[in-house]
Amino acid sequence: MTFLDGHDAIGKDFEDERQDLDGIEEVGALNVLKRGLKASPELKAGISLTALMALAVAGGKLLVPLTIKEVLDRGITTSGVNVNTVLFFSLIAMFLSIAGMALGKATYYRLAKTAENVLMGLRIRTFEHLHKLSIADHVQARKGAYTARVTSDVETLTQFAQWGAIAWIINSIQIFAVLVIMIVYSWHLSIVTLLVHAPLFPVLRWMQRRQLRAHDRVRSRVSDTLSVVSESIQGVDVVRSYGYRQKTRSKLHHAISDQYKEQMVAQKYFSFVLPITDIIGVAAIAAVVGAGVYWGPDWGVTSGELIAFVFLSNLLVMPISELGEVLNQTQTALAGWWKVLEVLDKEIEVKEPHQGLALPDSPLDIKVEELDFSYRTGGIVLDDVNIYIPAGTSVAVVGETGSGKTTFAKLLTRLADPTNGRILVNGQDLREIDSDHRHRTIRMVPQDGFLFDTSVIENVRFGRNDAQISEAEEAIDDLGLWPWIEQLPEGLETRVGERGESLSVGERQLVALARAQVADPGLLILDEATSAIDPETEQMLEVTLERLAQGRTTVSVAHRISTAERADLILVFDKGKIVEKGKHSDLVNLEGIYSKLYESWIGNTREV
Amino acid sequence: MSTDSESERTAIEAGEASNENGIVKRWFRLVFRSIKAHPLPHIIGISAGNLFSLVVVGFTIVLGRVTDEVIIPGLDGGGVEGRTILGGFFAIVIVGFIRGFSVMLRRFFNFTAVEKTKRTWRLGIIDNLLDAPRAHYWSRSTGELLARVDTDVETATSVLMPLAFSISVISLILVSLISLLIIHPLFFVVALLLFPALAVLQRFFVRAVEDPARKAQALIGEVSEIAHESLDGIMVVKTIGRQNQELDRLIKSSERLREERLRIGWQRSVFSPLLYHLPNFGILVLLMVGALLVDNGSATVGETVQAMALFMILTLPVQILGFMFQEMPRSVVAMDRIDEIFSIDKVEYRKDGEVEKPVDVIFNKVGFSYPNENDQQVRQTVLEDFSEKINEGESVALVGATGSGKSTLVMLMSGLIEPTSGNITLGNANVGELGPDFVSDHIASVFQETFLFASSLRENLTLDADVSDSDIYSALQVASAQDFVSELPQGIETIIGERGVTLSGGQRQRIAIARALLRKPSVLVLDDATSAVDPKVEAEILQNMKKETNCSLLVIAHRLATIRLAERVIFIDNGRVFASGSHDELLKIDDYANLVSAYEDVTT
Ligand SMILES: Nc1ncnc2c1ncn2[C@@H]1O[C@H](COP(=O)(O)OP(=O)(O)OP(=O)(O)O)[C@@H](O)[C@H]1O
Ligand SMILES: Nc1ncnc2c1ncn2[C@@H]1O[C@H](COP(=O)(O)OP(=O)(O)OP(=O)(O)O)[C@@H](O)[C@H]1O
Ligand SMILES: [Mg+2]
Ligand SMILES: [Mg+2]
Repeated sequence: MTFLDGHDAIGKDFEDERQDLDGIEEVGALNVLKRGLKASPELKAGISLTALMALAVAGGKLLVPLTIKEVLDRGITTSGVNVNTVLFFSLIAMFLSIAGMALGKATYYRLAKTAENVLMGLRIRTFEHLHKLSIADHVQARKGAYTARVTSDVETLTQFAQWGAIAWIINSIQIFAVLVIMIVYSWHLSIVTLLVHAPLFPVLRWMQRRQLRAHDRVRSRVSDTLSVVSESIQGVDVVRSYGYRQKTRSKLHHAISDQYKEQMVAQKYFSFVLPITDIIGVAAIAAVVGAGVYWGPDWGVTSGELIAFVFLSNLLVMPISELGEVLNQTQTALAGWWKVLEVLDKEIEVKEPHQGLALPDSPLDIKVEELDFSYRTGGIVLDDVNIYIPAGTSVAVVGETGSGKTTFAKLLTRLADPTNGRILVNGQDLREIDSDHRHRTIRMVPQDGFLFDTSVIENVRFGRNDAQISEAEEAIDDLGLWPWIEQLPEGLETRVGERGESLSVGERQLVALARAQVADPGLLILDEATSAIDPETEQMLEVTLERLAQGRTTVSVAHRISTAERADLILVFDKGKIVEKGKHSDLVNLEGIYSKLYESWIGNTREV
Repeated sequence: MSTDSESERTAIEAGEASNENGIVKRWFRLVFRSIKAHPLPHIIGISAGNLFSLVVVGFTIVLGRVTDEVIIPGLDGGGVEGRTILGGFFAIVIVGFIRGFSVMLRRFFNFTAVEKTKRTWRLGIIDNLLDAPRAHYWSRSTGELLARVDTDVETATSVLMPLAFSISVISLILVSLISLLIIHPLFFVVALLLFPALAVLQRFFVRAVEDPARKAQALIGEVSEIAHESLDGIMVVKTIGRQNQELDRLIKSSERLREERLRIGWQRSVFSPLLYHLPNFGILVLLMVGALLVDNGSATVGETVQAMALFMILTLPVQILGFMFQEMPRSVVAMDRIDEIFSIDKVEYRKDGEVEKPVDVIFNKVGFSYPNENDQQVRQTVLEDFSEKINEGESVALVGATGSGKSTLVMLMSGLIEPTSGNITLGNANVGELGPDFVSDHIASVFQETFLFASSLRENLTLDADVSDSDIYSALQVASAQDFVSELPQGIETIIGERGVTLSGGQRQRIAIARALLRKPSVLVLDDATSAVDPKVEAEILQNMKKETNCSLLVIAHRLATIRLAERVIFIDNGRVFASGSHDELLKIDDYANLVSAYEDVTT
């Protein structure tokens, strides 16, 4: 297995991640640019004015030296100095400088603003889209990589958005203007200049593709690095107490070194290929001088014209070599854009309806019809599930590990859509129901009680979007959690740490339950939500939850016998099918899977 | 999740730590560290930069001579020989090539130096994190650390990019200054004034930018933190419908980031044009001074014109230096953030890990309290005066209410964290001195929260240890995992998602148990390791384990069957050993009986 090399397997993941999209090369730089510009409308906002201003600034930069030259020519001559003229023109030059500065300031600030707007807009849209992607997409991707999309990849656009886009315009105009003037001076010499520059085009074309690919790889390596770092930090306990530290170190070192290597490959083009613009620029001057002196008399070129032409050729060197640098910036930006576009172009699997249906605040009934489900990888997980759950029922879902209980719970909350069949809530297809309603009235408490890195009370409040602090406190009260809260170092304000890791696992589940209680949903799904809580507390909670949930529909996935015994309806899952259903008293004598489970429970938990 | 005031606070703290030294000083140190780490590419890059400066000057000279010796005589005079034309042609071409060559060298070695520096610093951050005390991980979020590895390193090194060029222009400055001094001291003085002016500008700029730069850098960390946390908890975000709130959070931070960056942008937009036009003002002053000097006869017109040309040469260096000044504050504050990580002390452990038989685990008056983030004084005591002994080969159940400190005890035993008082010994060795790496040779803990890596099951099971396939399969067998693993499309080569998300909860836990069994530990710790496994399979696993292994066993469990499996039960309450003995003995204690047999009351 190549994973020992760390990055190989990561690379493979990556290919999977974009199997449905073409590579950056197939799409081509121009298309990426087009789509990128579409994804960043902020870039185009007011660009004409900005470009005009930037041109004026560029022009102004020429104007000042010209005025200074005037001072020299008129004020200081071989016959002496005309102090008044010098002062007059100097003042004009100063005025121009100040005007240039003011215009420059306005322009730079505009550019900075555009750039920041571009970055922010893209960041926000990407983040938003990431949240719309289905769980299946998230499962396949890596958090570090997705984080990079919102941070690192977006940042690559900075330079381009600040200056690159404008630089293309200005330098092209400058080149064009110089060329026009050149042709006016001498079309013969212009042809010589153009001929010398001709090889630039195939070379740049050749380079551009490779450079783009290299930058694209750099972005992938950055994602890899961040993913490995993220994993190594979060898995620190396993890394350290399984003697995995050295291997982790080498994985990280690999990732960082690979990033370095790709970076160097990408820079090679900038270092070694782009200076050809300098060489060709100077060669063009040499050719102009040579041809001008040799054929000048035949072409009617005077020495003054030739000198002027050399001067013009010199003016061509700067913008062309600057375009080379801009090209490099653009490629970096395109690579970052592309990574972001890959996310933005990902189809949203679980689409929310336009005008969703509402759900009442009362208990919900559920009808599951011919439900099939399989994950993207692997076989069928749920197979022809049919069940009707009347409103207000408390349902226990039991079954072996891996039989599809969690998957069933996920489908009920629409974390994924069924491959086949449908789920009706209150007689309406779950897919037609408005997302806000769904979030409020159908609530799942997953097994791992993920908490946000903020206070306990805030975490509880997150249960419902408009919940007040008092309501959160009420929920805590309902569940009888005050004694626990009181012994926390800062009570309700205690910070729970990343993922909630400053609380014990059982305590996290307590908070997650309170969070669900705040929502007061019509359908509550508990997926082993109390698995880490001690029996005494759990018992207390179950009884309380039951009392509170008078008439609420509850689906509990549990490995504890008491839950099943109390339930109105037990669903026994086996290999993705509901193989038995009914009350405890019916099932226990059936000699089926449930009775076997019950036996092991009894043997397991009861004194014999 | 950080609130506004908090990130402000961290930003300020970072600033306080660094304000003792000025930006320029810190910048020097930054540059020096990079050069010291990678002298060769830096030196070649700087030399190539100097070459380029010379070529720029040389090119004007060559062009001048070509004009005088080739163009003028060739077109105005009686024509020149073909050889002379060729000579002129090649002179220019050669200069062009040297110019291109110097650009290549400068860019390549400059990049090499910068990229190598980035790599060095990234590796440094990683190594520091890997060796940092475990407690350090409680104080910084993962997303924030990602920002340090990524953006902060990029930003800190951005000032190195123009370095070679900046240093190379110093030769230009010297050449022109000396020439000016020779022409007339007053011209020299005017030119010299340029630099204090530049320094004043720089100072204003740096002062104005440091604060927003620091905040911006902290905010990038915050954005990364929000993104990472939000994606990490995507399941919960989706189930509680918090997408919009999460988006708001990100928008708020992004907006503040934009504001801070625009504050920098505003300063830049003032500074940049000022910088560009500064030499113009110098030239104008020079011109007026020159006019006066010529007027009173202490300088000639020719000298004034020459002085102007020399002064023009100074324009480029001033701009380049200015560009570097612009990058300076941002880089320096980013470097401060990297240094925060560099300054974490490594934990050093004993190098040899001799553990004598019998491998008993002895808790000797162990006390532990978690550090409190906000106030170092307020510490929450979790364990107090905890004394126990687990004999070699013994199986012990640790029972206690939620939050009673069981998992904390496991972390202490693994050497991940150290007791605040008392000690834990393994055989004869102190666990705190051995450190987790050595302890891992003897104790294998299955943590309460299963952590699997996004790689193949094989990699997850072996974790780089040298184990045979048959060992793997027998460990899977004991953990009752062989059935589902063999049903996976690629068996143990199947690559699972991050944290093992493509497996069911019970499947993940069984892989974690098999992973621990594979180590063939002397002590096996199961922290609620079968909570997601159904009772049937759980019983299977426990029976297998009893049959196949003879290591000491510490199980933390809530289910009676698991508890009953143990020879002895330790009942932990309020961070102390409340009682210890066989299950039946302990049942006489009310608290214990209430805790473990709560289910019976309901059902019977
Ligand atoms: N994201 C996924 N991609 C592919 N397969 C998955 C994914 N999630 C779960 N599975 C597979 O689907 C099957 C059912 O998983 P599920 O989580 O629904 O089981 P479960 O009944 O909840 O088990 P447990 O009691 O262990 O939690 C398992 O075989 C599991 O490996
Ligand atoms: N990183 C931390 N920072 C601060 N306090 C913590 C941290 N981790 C745990 N605690 C606190 O220490 C106490 C003991 O936690 P621990 O995880 O050891 O409990 P536990 O006995 O394992 O509980 P459970 O049965 O729920 O797993 C809890 O009150 C918890 O809030
Ligand atoms: Mg499950
Ligand atoms: Mg615990």
